[in-house]
Amino acid sequence: MRSRGPLGRILGEHPVGTAFVTPYVVFLAAVFAYPLGFAVYMSFHDYFFAAPGAIVERPFVGFDNYVTVLSDPAVRRAFGNVLVFLVINVPLTVVLSLLLANALNAAIRWRTFFRVSYYVPYVTASVAVVGVWLFLFNSNGLVNSVLGPLAPDPSWLVNSSLAMPTVAIYVTWKQLGFFILLYLAALQNVSKDLYEAASMDGAGRWKSFLNVTVPGVRPATTLVVLLATVTGANLFTEPYLLTGGGGPDGASASPVLIMYQRGIEQGNPDVGSAIGVLLVIGVLLLALIERRFVGKEES
Amino acid sequence: MKLKFVGLLIGAFVFLFPFYYMLIGSLQAEPDPSVGGAFPSPGNLTGHNYAEINQAIHLGRSLLNSGIFTGGVILGTLVFGVLAGYALARLQFRGRGLVFNLMLLIQVVPFQLLTIPLYVLIVRSYGLADSYLGMILPFLINSTAVFVFRQYFLQLPAELFDAARIDGASELSILWRVAVPLVRPALLTGVLLTFIGPWNEFLWPFLITKQQDLQPLAVSLSNYLTTVSARAANPFGAVLAGACVLAAPAVTLFIVFQRRFISTNLSSGVKG
Repeated sequence: MRSRGPLGRILGEHPVGTAFVTPYVVFLAAVFAYPLGFAVYMSFHDYFFAAPGAIVERPFVGFDNYVTVLSDPAVRRAFGNVLVFLVINVPLTVVLSLLLANALNAAIRWRTFFRVSYYVPYVTASVAVVGVWLFLFNSNGLVNSVLGPLAPDPSWLVNSSLAMPTVAIYVTWKQLGFFILLYLAALQNVSKDLYEAASMDGAGRWKSFLNVTVPGVRPATTLVVLLATVTGANLFTEPYLLTGGGGPDGASASPVLIMYQRGIEQGNPDVGSAIGVLLVIGVLLLALIERRFVGKEES
Repeated sequence: MKLKFVGLLIGAFVFLFPFYYMLIGSLQAEPDPSVGGAFPSPGNLTGHNYAEINQAIHLGRSLLNSGIFTGGVILGTLVFGVLAGYALARLQFRGRGLVFNLMLLIQVVPFQLLTIPLYVLIVRSYGLADSYLGMILPFLINSTAVFVFRQYFLQLPAELFDAARIDGASELSILWRVAVPLVRPALLTGVLLTFIGPWNEFLWPFLITKQQDLQPLAVSLSNYLTTVSARAANPFGAVLAGACVLAAPAVTLFIVFQRRFISTNLSSGVKG
């Protein structure tokens, strides 16, 4: 250890480290911290777009933007829609990714093939995959030809009670590979001894899955639930493209889609920011509730 | 074991079929949504859809824009991200803990929520609409990649750095001559992780590029999907052809480098 002078005590042993992280810190401040504060500021002011350089008055308006947002039925509907989305997407994601990761963790043939095929949707642009889903779930698309008389009418993406669930299933399918990888990593940390102990106690494969695997990967489950919730709150591309802008009649509109329409298309960034702030608060609340719920058996 | 294998097989079918169908659909002269249409029939195959989409959105130009956008982000992440990852792993300086915690916090801030303020700042205040710089700026340094770099630098033995420092090497030359050559796999993982962000990103470039000749492929394809395709002879065929072109680079990269994208690398970057 090098002896530190008085300067070293203030700046640390390697002051050059400060220089190394400066670009990154400036980036974080400019792209995350400042916009976050700016969003909160806009949401409490009558903020509108003006020509660059023009001096305009943008008075403080208290909670006016929030009142506008909360009394807008389209916004309320979008928040309801995202709840429907999460109720379908989060449990489905957790169950399917854990089951598939568990199967993949066994010594099985074609492991690489399976692993790669599961994350192919995750690494592909949503814009590209949306094209083929539109083709598949079209009223006379392949899915309906296979279903024959069982096909829903009106079809999936134009049916107001099926549009949001279809979007939720699409996103589950798209993101699943990423969560399978997370669970695969978590499964490596579950002690082999626990499985042996369980089988000595006469537990079958299903029993030991429930009693050893599921509790063993609980920290990963907390993370998967959190990340799936954040992804769900970010939903934009899918309702924009898959259901033609949140159709039919707003049944699949997401808060971010409404935020874009109000904030940028209609030129009310203050209202858009208020939607964003409410969404962040909503996600934080949900995350807390989920943490309680998923992490409850943690000692 | 049989049951697991069958389950995995069904899963693989569900995951891969849409991609197969994308390719088949992009080659059909007439869209055939019947069950038979899922199999290639020689009489109905054509490359015309690719010509059609190329004419509508200038594939080459869009791919170039996607490439510049993605390349800029990868370059920014490699230069500034490696510097930050190295400092966070191997240097003692004031505020290190704070920067590290900030980096973790960023992982859970939903980016879309910053869209409106970023739009106001970058487009209205700085006038960077319809520019590569405006496109790249919010993505310039990928925090997950910084985390991966830090993890790899941490794994290197401390004696290596002590020896180099006693020899009087500067931190910059230790990083460049000693550390970076030893963490090449981390650099590749970082590049792969970073690649899928901007290459697939839709909302941000969609907001800030109105000029067609600056739009990345994801944006120009979606504009085609929502507006122009209704007028095309075989709209699905053209859209699917564009989709294949957009998907191919990412899918190819991840199949070629699949070993670099295994659970351990990724989870170290996400778990924290």
